[in-house]
Amino acid sequence: MAEIYLKKLAHSYLPNPQKPEDYALKEIDQVWEDGKAYALLGSSGCGKSTLLNIISGLLTPSQGQVLFDGKDVTHLPTEQRQIAQVFQFPVVYDTMSVYDNLAFPLRNRKQDEATIKARVTEIADMLELTGDLKKKAQGLTADAKQKISLGRGLVRQDVAAILFDEPLTVIDPHLKWLLRMQLKALHQRLNRTMIYVTHDQTEALTFADQVVVMYDGYVVQMGTPQQLFEQPEHTFVGYFIGSPGMNLLPVQVDGNTAQLNGRSIPLNTRYAPKNSDKLELGIRPEFTQLSTTESAHSLPVTIRRIEDIGRHKIARADYQGKEINVVVPEDQSVSTDYKYLTLDPNYIHLYANGWRLKQEAAA
Amino acid sequence: MNKTWNNKAWWMVLPVVLLVAFSAVIPLMTVVNYSVQDTFGNNQFFWAGLQWFEEIVNSERFHAALGRQFLFSGIILLIEIPLGIFIAMNMPTKGWAISICLVLMSLPLLIPWNVVGTIWQIFGRVDIGLLGATAAKLGIDYNYTRDIGDAWFTVVIMDVWHWTSLVALLCYAGLQSIPQAYYQAARIDGASKWAIFRYIQLPKMRGVLLIAVLLRFMDSFMIYTEPFVVTGGGPGNATTFLSIDLVKMAIGQFDLGPAAAFSLVYFLIILLLSWVFYTVMTNLDKQGQ
Repeated sequence: MAEIYLKKLAHSYLPNPQKPEDYALKEIDQVWEDGKAYALLGSSGCGKSTLLNIISGLLTPSQGQVLFDGKDVTHLPTEQRQIAQVFQFPVVYDTMSVYDNLAFPLRNRKQDEATIKARVTEIADMLELTGDLKKKAQGLTADAKQKISLGRGLVRQDVAAILFDEPLTVIDPHLKWLLRMQLKALHQRLNRTMIYVTHDQTEALTFADQVVVMYDGYVVQMGTPQQLFEQPEHTFVGYFIGSPGMNLLPVQVDGNTAQLNGRSIPLNTRYAPKNSDKLELGIRPEFTQLSTTESAHSLPVTIRRIEDIGRHKIARADYQGKEINVVVPEDQSVSTDYKYLTLDPNYIHLYANGWRLKQEAAA
Repeated sequence: MNKTWNNKAWWMVLPVVLLVAFSAVIPLMTVVNYSVQDTFGNNQFFWAGLQWFEEIVNSERFHAALGRQFLFSGIILLIEIPLGIFIAMNMPTKGWAISICLVLMSLPLLIPWNVVGTIWQIFGRVDIGLLGATAAKLGIDYNYTRDIGDAWFTVVIMDVWHWTSLVALLCYAGLQSIPQAYYQAARIDGASKWAIFRYIQLPKMRGVLLIAVLLRFMDSFMIYTEPFVVTGGGPGNATTFLSIDLVKMAIGQFDLGPAAAFSLVYFLIILLLSWVFYTVMTNLDKQGQ
């Protein structure tokens, strides 16, 4: 178990990176605490696998250091790093039994059979694999194989962190949820640092204490699921997390009002953006409200479509050609007669070139 | 809706039936026909029953040739399979070197049997051959026309030279299909090189190895041209394998009845052994399920 410090870390696959675009992973400087569950979330090609491979030791970063509990492991090979990894596709040793699979990492480390037996039995029990111990690993289902992969990491007492590289990709949907819950329970029981790479926001948000959202090589935000929801630091976080994602509308800002195609919207604080910035107003569909009557700062809209998805309804509203999604609670009615939209000023964020604007310094 | 019955479509199968009849069924039946008859010439045949089969199965000449055949196939399998695996594991996995390697290794496979035999026949000659003459210069007593050991050595090495590439290429394809994650997982588990070979590479190569063993067994069990060109089955009968013996009997002595019985027994042995190989190896596979 260990704390992971990613010190001024960056990586480029090119030999002589010059521009920021040359870097697959832009410089980060973060401490990941011991025993917590982290999720690396982002779409394909955002650099999350690069970061994972640097932590696991398959890649040597072109810049910066990786420290486990203060010990520099940047140049240590994978096998000496005390990490375990579960891959996208289940990796089991086909010809061995489940027991031998779980014992394999310990046997390679020359532990005695009595210790191995105790350890394997304990882990198999934890993973609910006890009944399969004598079976060959080859014939098992994908989820059982993934559990074996995980088990091979768990049997080792010295593992500093367990890495998961989209481990549920090949699992049936109804088992995904079950396995995710088991993982979460295991994490709470074992208190080991876990790092979970995924492009599925539900997986990330349900599994992790801290979600690290990556976009185009940047770590755009690290925070709890709630922080990501209420205060996205980047427009990418806004629309990637949440269903539907955050509404983004181009605006002009003057002090504490935003101008949206001739309508002014009050803001809670004052902002002082640069003129060159591309400004956007962001608000989650959950914090917008439709009504039949006009009020002080409401926007006149037309409802294009209403989708009932069970827990709530989503109204697709049109404001001068821009689509705004509105989440309507199940117990409220909505129809095309609802022609006015209000935005909750407490949850309005302003973004300049994609990044969240901080309020103007009190002068 | 009623289906229209039109059996005329069966005529479409006719070309295949004819083809198979002329290429396989009729020749094979001719052999069966010969195997149960005897002749004293003039194209007059008498019923001989199973006489030729009894004779062949009990003949010392057949036993000796069969023994040599097993020895030969056994030796070349024992050399070519491990050597092929070894070569495949040491082949480059990226860059331009792959293409060069693949082309070089395919070359022996493209040479006709007859030419391979001629190459080695000359290569081993003591007077002008590179191998034979060099050995003579170095004072090594090597002569495949006189010495039984040298003859076997030459025939075996020739087959290894000709066919190891096939095994290596099949294994290479098998190795290439192993996902990188397996190697990464093995490193994380602290597996030694031997353990990686034993528990990842070998099991993943099982399918191609089955094909390699079957192909090499059947091919080597039927080998004719190469040893015939190099040693002609000699010295004495030392390298007279089954097919060489069969040709001697059928065309040299024109003993059609015994030769036909010989052919059928030979054919059944190959069929039986291939089936055994296949069953054993696929059952090994199934045990894992």
